[in-house]
Order: sequence, then structure tokens, then C-alpha cells
Amino acid sequence: MNQPQRFRWAEFTIEALIRVLGFSTIGFVLLIFLFLLREGLPTFFEVPLGNLFGTRWYPTFDLFGTLPLILGSALVTLTAIVIALPLGVATAVFVREVAPGWARELLKPMIEVLAGIPSVVLGFFGMTVIAPLVRQTLGAPTGLTAFTGALILAYMSLPTLISVAEDALDAVPKSYRDAGLAMGATQWQTIWRVVVPAARSGIVTAVMLGLGRAIGETMAVMMVTGNAARLPLTLDSLFRPVRTMTATIAAEMGEVAQGSVHYHALFAIGIILFLMTFLINLAAALTIFQKRRRGGLR
Amino acid sequence: MNRYLVQRAGFALLALAALVVVVPILLVIGTIVVRGMRAINWEFLTAMPRDGMKAGGILPAIVGTLLLSVGTALVAIPVGVGGAIYLSEYARDTWLTRAIRLAIINLAGIPSVVYGLFGLGLFVLFLHFGTSIVAGSLTLAIMTLPIIISTAEEALRSVPVEFRTVSASLGGTRWQGIRNIVLPQALPGIITGVILGLLRAAGETAPILFTVAAFYLPRLPRSPLDQTMALPYHLYVISTQVPGMPAQVQYGTALVLLALVLSMNVVATVIRSTFRRRRQW
Repeated sequence: MNQPQRFRWAEFTIEALIRVLGFSTIGFVLLIFLFLLREGLPTFFEVPLGNLFGTRWYPTFDLFGTLPLILGSALVTLTAIVIALPLGVATAVFVREVAPGWARELLKPMIEVLAGIPSVVLGFFGMTVIAPLVRQTLGAPTGLTAFTGALILAYMSLPTLISVAEDALDAVPKSYRDAGLAMGATQWQTIWRVVVPAARSGIVTAVMLGLGRAIGETMAVMMVTGNAARLPLTLDSLFRPVRTMTATIAAEMGEVAQGSVHYHALFAIGIILFLMTFLINLAAALTIFQKRRRGGLR
Repeated sequence: MNRYLVQRAGFALLALAALVVVVPILLVIGTIVVRGMRAINWEFLTAMPRDGMKAGGILPAIVGTLLLSVGTALVAIPVGVGGAIYLSEYARDTWLTRAIRLAIINLAGIPSVVYGLFGLGLFVLFLHFGTSIVAGSLTLAIMTLPIIISTAEEALRSVPVEFRTVSASLGGTRWQGIRNIVLPQALPGIITGVILGLLRAAGETAPILFTVAAFYLPRLPRSPLDQTMALPYHLYVISTQVPGMPAQVQYGTALVLLALVLSMNVVATVIRSTFRRRRQW
């Protein structure tokens, strides 16, 4: 007996709502970009480009040169990745390929804990414990240097780097390992000549995601890098105070008048940051999508 | 047999790398726990700050962080879980779905301070919420969305397709199948994701800098449109902005924040592992 199907209003409403919620993330990204543009674009009319991409950031004297900030971010971030990459890949290989079960059960939660530690707490630890150490070992006037920031950032990007690299190693078929071993290679040789090269693109993705994470990190970096807006061009810049884009926004936004040139300039830095992380993440996402299409992830 | 020596040395090196990763984590937590414990007493947890925050307690910061987490949850849970249901149960593999995934990856990558700028521009100024718990919660909610959506989607997808087919074969509509079968099965995974998202929100400083955080406000917030102190911002303030701050108070605050976040982390891990052990499929 066929009952006449009633139209289910409640169900229709809920499914429509779910669709809207599904698309909401696109809306949020657009909204974020829109509001950054709305508050930041005026800078490009108020400040001559020569000034905006100049070498001096002294807002009180109407100097809005973002170059020292951009290079400051680049210096700290790249140094962090240089530290984190070997550590992260080695740890991922250890956890995935070598470690006995108990070590793996111990390591993975520890790395998750690291991911959960708030950045202010790491910044605070960096200020009170690591900076004095850096000062003593370098004999420098201050321990609040680009290097201190990079060290902390390296650890903050490790959880991302390790887990993505682990996934990449995980996706290498077992038959690759078997083939390597069957040819008489040691496990060590198999890992470095077969497994890691096969996981290369995933490891590149891991580095990019770690990079994206590191460049946007704010509090820890602001607390340990000393925040001097100078061009980090000399060789010893790594061991001098430096100032990043994120720290500049966080430190100065509280003090500017809404609608002032300085206010707009800080939003303009926000636009630069947004675009940088967007491009980095887009690149990482494309490699993931590509692999899915080739069916290489499994 | 030389290459086996190489392998031994290599493995030792890998283990060393893992140690270099793990030991500092233990050092950070150990230092903060040991030094922070000295500050923790009943007054520290339940009193208002006194003497320019150098004495008394940190109650308003604790309450502020809890209120912000609740506010974040109220917005982020429905939106995030709804979005995850869409992606897992309704979305087909079209360019639009790929655009959603790209948006999620992008949201996850936006620097926290940029969320702060956005919250300032949209919620505080454009919508006239002022620096308030509402503005801060909304900002934090959008920031936690990608975490909640991706973990919840994974939880939903891990429910076998057969569960849905059986529900449909019994005459259930798609939504009935989702509500009665899929969601309850995926619930522990979703809860884990929600907790992970919220603990990220509770520990963040940069997004609340310009949207809600009060430098010094020795009373509890009176309405959702009130400002509030918050633990992470308070730690930032007392470790960088106030000279002559006793280290004990700083470490105590760091410990309370760390304990809050890590205990939520443990809860999430426990839920996930018991669920994995119990499920029968």
C-alpha cells in the first residue's frame, strides 16, 4: 500500500541549512579578505609606494617601510624551517619505520601535546628560559634575537611537519619496502633510497604547511625576537633582534586611532600576510589534490 | 657487514632526533609545572587581581577564557558539524566542493593575528559589537571551524556506507539515516574534534587582542557585550607589559592555562581511544 508521501518540511529546512553551512567556509574566506581590503587598501592611496616598500618602519614619522618586517618574517621563518626540516623528517621516519611499538605510543602523544601548548606559553618559556641561555652562549647584549624566535617557531611547526610527513611515509606501499629488502638492501638503505624518495612530494607538502604555520605565528615570535624593525641584511642579523609582520600588527594595533594611516597600514600588512599564507596553502593543497587524482595516496 | 653498522648508527641518529624533539617538550611542561605550583593556591584561582596584578588571583582571566570557549562552542559547533555533514553526506565531487575544501585549508592557514584584524574590522567596528565577548567568540569560532569540520568529516566518513544503505532500505530518508544512524556512530569522533578546536581557541591570544581582551579588569563580565580578561592575554600582559612582575605569578598563570589546555587534550585523546577500542566495525 503506497501511502501518499507528505512533503517533509522539517527535513527540507534542515537539509537546506546544512547546504548553507557547507558553503559557509567559502563565505568566511571571502569575508575575511573583503574586510582586510576594506581597511587596508586605503594605505596604497595614502602612502606612496616608495615609502610603503621602503626600508624604514617608523609610523610616528609617517615612515611605513614594510621591507624590514617582510625580511624579518622571512629570516625567522626560513631559519625555523631549516631547523625543523631535518628534525621533523628524522622523527617521522623514526616513528613510522624504525621505532618499536612502545616508543611510538610514547612519541605520538608527546608531539600532540606540543601542538596543544598555547603559543603565549611557549613565548613565555622562550623569554624566561631560552633567551637568557642564548644571551650567555652568544655573549650578546640581549637573548631576544631572530634565532631565539626561529628556535621556538621550529618546535611550533614540528607537529604539523611530523604528522604530514608521517602520512606521506604511510602512503608508500608496503611492496616498495619489500622489494627493497628482497634485493638485499638493509632496512636503512631501503628507507633512504626507496621509501623517503617515494614520499618526497608529501614531505614537500609537510614543509609548506609547516612554513605557512610558522610565518603566521604571532605571540611567541613577538615575545622572543626583540621587535627591532631593522633590515636583517648583515650576516649577524640572525643573532640580533628582529621584527616580524605578525608581531608588528599585534604590538601596534592596540595603540592606533581607527581610520588613521597607521591603522590602514597595519591592515595592509595583514593583506600581505593573508596573500602569502594563501599562496603557500594553495600550493600545498594542489599537491594533495593532484595526488588524489593520480590515486597515489593509497 | 659494514652496512649493518651504518644502519645501527643511522637508527641511533633517528632516535636522537626524536629525543631532541621530545625532551624540550618535557622541559617546557616540567619547568612550568614545578615553578607554577608554588603560586597555585585557593586565592590565586578564586580572587580578583590586586596591586596592579602583582598579587591576588586570576579569577577574571579564568572566567573570561571559559566564557570565550562557551561562546566559541555555541557558534562553531553547529556551523562546523553542519559543514562536515554537508561535505561527508551531501557533497558530490564538483568544482564547488573542491572550492569548499580549498576554503577550509585556507582558513586553517590564515595567521591568528589576521583573524584578529578581521574580527576588529567586522565584529568590533562594522557590526558595532565593540570589544566584547561576542566579538571575540565569533572571531575564535571562525578560526576553529577548519579544525572542527575536518575532524568531524573524518568521523562521519569512517561510518561504513552499509549503515546508510541499510537505513535507506528500511525506508528511511537520507536525513533520517544521518540523524539516527550516522551521527550517533560518529559522535565520539566529532566530540574529539570539537574539543581539539576549542582548546586551540582557549589558548589563542592574537585573535582576542583587539576583539575582546581587557588589559586589567578586576571584576567579572556582566553581559556578552562586556570586555573580559582572558588567560592567554593575561599571561602576555604580565610577562611583557608590566615591569617588576613576580615570576611566581607569571608561572602560576602559565600553569593554569597549560593545565586547562592539556587536560582538554587528554579528554579528547581518551574519548578517541575508548571509542576506537569499543566500536565493532
